[in-house]
Amino acid sequence: MAAKPKLYYFRGRGRMESIRWLLAAAGVEFDEVFLEKKEQFEKLEKDGRLLFGQVPLVEMDGMMLTQTRAILSYLAAKYNLYGKDLKERVRIDMYVDGTMDLMMMIMLTPFKPPEEKEENLALIVKKAKARYLPVFEKILKDHGEDFLVGNKFSWADVQLIEAILMMEEINASILSDFPLLKAFKTRISSIPTIKKFLQPGSQRKQPPDQHYVDTVKHVLQL
Amino acid sequence: MAAKPKLHYFNGRGRMESIRWLLAAAGVEFEEQLIESPKDLEKLKNDGLLMFQQVPMVEIDGMKLVQSRAILNYIAFKYNLYGKDMKERALIDMYTEGVADLNELIMHFPMCPPGEKDAKLTQIKERATNRYLPAFEKVLKSHGQDYLVGNKLSRADVHVVEVLYYVEELDSSLTANFPLLKALKARVSDLPTVKKFLQPGSQRKPPLDEKALAEARKVFKF
Repeated sequence: MAAKPKLYYFRGRGRMESIRWLLAAAGVEFDEVFLEKKEQFEKLEKDGRLLFGQVPLVEMDGMMLTQTRAILSYLAAKYNLYGKDLKERVRIDMYVDGTMDLMMMIMLTPFKPPEEKEENLALIVKKAKARYLPVFEKILKDHGEDFLVGNKFSWADVQLIEAILMMEEINASILSDFPLLKAFKTRISSIPTIKKFLQPGSQRKQPPDQHYVDTVKHVLQL
Repeated sequence: MAAKPKLHYFNGRGRMESIRWLLAAAGVEFEEQLIESPKDLEKLKNDGLLMFQQVPMVEIDGMKLVQSRAILNYIAFKYNLYGKDMKERALIDMYTEGVADLNELIMHFPMCPPGEKDAKLTQIKERATNRYLPAFEKVLKSHGQDYLVGNKLSRADVHVVEVLYYVEELDSSLTANFPLLKALKARVSDLPTVKKFLQPGSQRKPPLDEKALAEARKVFKF
């Protein structure tokens, strides 16, 4: 029996969270090694497991995979969450990349000066409502299907629901003008693998707090 | 006969250049619709042609593709520059993402405030010679083959060679200690399609000079 994928990262969301979501959505169990001391990170580097000296690192199928998108694309292909052909695949890529642009803004906020936090969060909400959410609302409206691409659950749906939940943590009423996205959120949340991941005690991580920021800075010697 | 792909971007490298390189390497002729004024960009937006209100946008195979990664993935698949299976793709993706990270630093350098330019250049040189170039040199050394993945030309080779040109533009001595990368650069540059693209008069764009930067600022309002 194949070993479970092993994830190396800090005990927090960061760039690994989308990977946890996709594995969970695919119903794949995984192990985690949490980086808390800089010596752990230095050892990974010295052992040559970090191609570019960075995490996330996922060990699976005999490979040491780094670079978030490389990992996500591999998982999506392996677990049939990447559409049925190249045209569906490119749509999934476009939607995922757009979603990740928005999520990157959220991910970087804790590492910016605290006095800029209000302004950053306001900008994120503005971009979400003006640029990103309307696109996905329109996609769902135009085809009237349950999922974003090809009438089938895909990576694009997982990425979007992760982003929606993160957005709601910043602004609880962010979906108030987007009825189809609200329905989408409910629908995707009730998929058994997703539902399980959303329950307390799962490997889903909490929003970043000061301890998380401090740990990252310590481990990476920033 | 299929229409040629049409690239919408401003007259410079930016996020479209790696797409130009990949199409050129694949021997695919393409047209360019250059965005020269804020009005040009507004028109694209108002006509609903830009999914997330951003360029690059490439019209290809009846689609209007946005998000440079999505576009590059599509081209790589279509023209067989994406390896032979999922595992080769994972390696190609990892290497590609590393190149993209380095390219991102180089891309933003011209826009650095004058007081920060020296520090930024030092950072780019340090990252190139300590993080990225050693990683690719090591890959080539590990298998001794002519190309990075699967003993066959792939997008990874094209992307790495492209960034080697940029690194050498900044400082020609930076590649001195990477003999295998230099050999890769020579080998790929010698391929008929790439050789053609490297000649004057091709659609390859020059580095951003003051005039081009001023124009870009006008159009993209930054």
